Amino acid sequence: MSASVAIQDRFRRAFVTPEGVDLRLELASGGVRAAAFLIDAFMMIVLLIVVTMVLAYMAVPGVEQVLAVLWLLGFFLLRNGWFSLFEMGSRGATPGKRLMGLRVVARDGARLTGAAVVARNAMREIEIFLPLSFLAARAVEGTADTFLTIFSLLWSGIFLFFPLFNKDRLRIGDLVAGTWVVSLSKITLSPDLVGIGAAHRRTFSDTALSLYGIFELQTLEEVLRLEQPEAIATVARTIRTKAVLPDDGDDYGFLSDYYAALCAKLESGLLVGRRRETKWQA
Amino acid sequence: MNAPVLSRPMVNATRFRAAHSADWARLEQLVTLMEKKSIRRLSDDDLLALPALYRTTLSSLSVARDTSLDRALITYLEQLCTRAYFQIYGVQTPAARQFTRFFAKAWPEAVRSLWRETLICIVLTFGAAIVAYMLVRTDPSWFYSIIPEGLASGRDPSASAEFLRSTIYDKEEDWLLPFATFLFTHNSEVAIFSFALGFAFAVPTVLLILYNGLMMGAFAAVFASKGLGLNLAAWLMIHGTTEIFAICIAGAAGMRIGMAVAFPGRLSRMEAAVIAGRLAATAMIGVILMLAAAGVLEGIGRQTILDDGLRALIGTAMFASWLAYFYVMPTFRRGHVR
Repeated sequence: MSASVAIQDRFRRAFVTPEGVDLRLELASGGVRAAAFLIDAFMMIVLLIVVTMVLAYMAVPGVEQVLAVLWLLGFFLLRNGWFSLFEMGSRGATPGKRLMGLRVVARDGARLTGAAVVARNAMREIEIFLPLSFLAARAVEGTADTFLTIFSLLWSGIFLFFPLFNKDRLRIGDLVAGTWVVSLSKITLSPDLVGIGAAHRRTFSDTALSLYGIFELQTLEEVLRLEQPEAIATVARTIRTKAVLPDDGDDYGFLSDYYAALCAKLESGLLVGRRRETKWQA
Repeated sequence: MNAPVLSRPMVNATRFRAAHSADWARLEQLVTLMEKKSIRRLSDDDLLALPALYRTTLSSLSVARDTSLDRALITYLEQLCTRAYFQIYGVQTPAARQFTRFFAKAWPEAVRSLWRETLICIVLTFGAAIVAYMLVRTDPSWFYSIIPEGLASGRDPSASAEFLRSTIYDKEEDWLLPFATFLFTHNSEVAIFSFALGFAFAVPTVLLILYNGLMMGAFAAVFASKGLGLNLAAWLMIHGTTEIFAICIAGAAGMRIGMAVAFPGRLSRMEAAVIAGRLAATAMIGVILMLAAAGVLEGIGRQTILDDGLRALIGTAMFASWLAYFYVMPTFRRGHVR
């Protein structure tokens, strides 16, 4: 991998399938994970409120005790089981994570075990629930002084921002459980830029085609796929100037022909083991 | 060299897409169906085709990476292969098998391998209890600095013997079940805390375990001073053998993580933390189950069984069965081979 690709791939991690192909998983970003957590927290709170209201509605003399037991167990299950039970399922994700396209994966590439899921979620107790419940209890009593508030926020802050301070974006829970959270994007196959039936294409001299390497080719690919007129005009002008070619008025046509020709040339280089990563490489 | 450039350059990506895009599209369709619904939605034909399609796409990806420069194509294949991989290999072991494996093997073995830490926690609990007992016996005012007022609910050194006796033997008919449930959830939270706090080099865990012992000792001193020591012991034992043992295992689990982080030995700190974390988590699932059992004994057993001898017997029997389950059964399974 060249330096440029390596920078783009800072959050890609090797993940080799049993067939021996490296899938290069993409670690989820901090923001997406925070969003997933907020969605889960919101769902949990809504569920708690709805269930409480339903139970309160059902409360008639004689069944209060059963309802109280149900509520207590339900609350316990919600607080400690929501994350674990969903992540133990075949999707490896809570509803919030699923919505954000995330998945919990064992770092060693093995199957995600129940123990790992429990370990990563039990740690949430000290990451979020402990300082919050401490603060809430004191706030109710009216004894939450500035020091305590700052301490709780600081404590939570350390754990909250922990994923941003290590290269693998691990939460404390991930660290202990040996897991990480990856982002599974869903994209459709974009159309072929070169095509088969191009009846007549511009031809380029060898000198014009030896200006660029793979990195520039793929940047050109991106420009062509985005189809932004200004970007296309700028890139076309730059290439024409460098290759000393006349302007024929059709920027997009020129660029896609140039792309096809350059791609073919660089690919023929690949066949003989010459991989020209950037224009700086001879 | 001035050879004419091909007038119709055909790049590998084009050829590649033409040859395989039908397979990719079919795999994508199947994977999407599995992600949205379930694998049961696939027809028999689809199920048979799935592994072949997956392998074709995977090999497409390797070939594309080496021969094609079409980045959109490679990105597409990467995400398709990843999604398919998780649908095919990401399946969990069936719940029933996980369940039996946990009870037959994972739980007792995890607890067994934590024996050293568990022993330390038990020693700490009883050490603290003895210290608190001595302190309160010599100077009852110590009681108030150990037990918060709300928890004592009148069971302090100034209480009369009759009142103390009533707290041990009077039935609380009302709200028996909810009370047992509350105790269970509360104890479980404490256990999970002491596990999670183990990460801070086990220091908070030790403090929590010590405090647990102190409270036990302080109460014992109050009851013993009125000649109710043995009665309290029986009252505590019926559920306490299970509950205190469970809390000690939770503390041990926390300690194991803290120690692994502090002294990883030959492993890297991360590897040591992961091994300890997974083992400790297995023990923790068991701790929650033990606390549920303790909650039933405490909420129902203790309220209905009033005889001291029977209370002590049940407590001892529970403790003996836990010991047999955790420490004796795994040895039999391994045929005495360590």
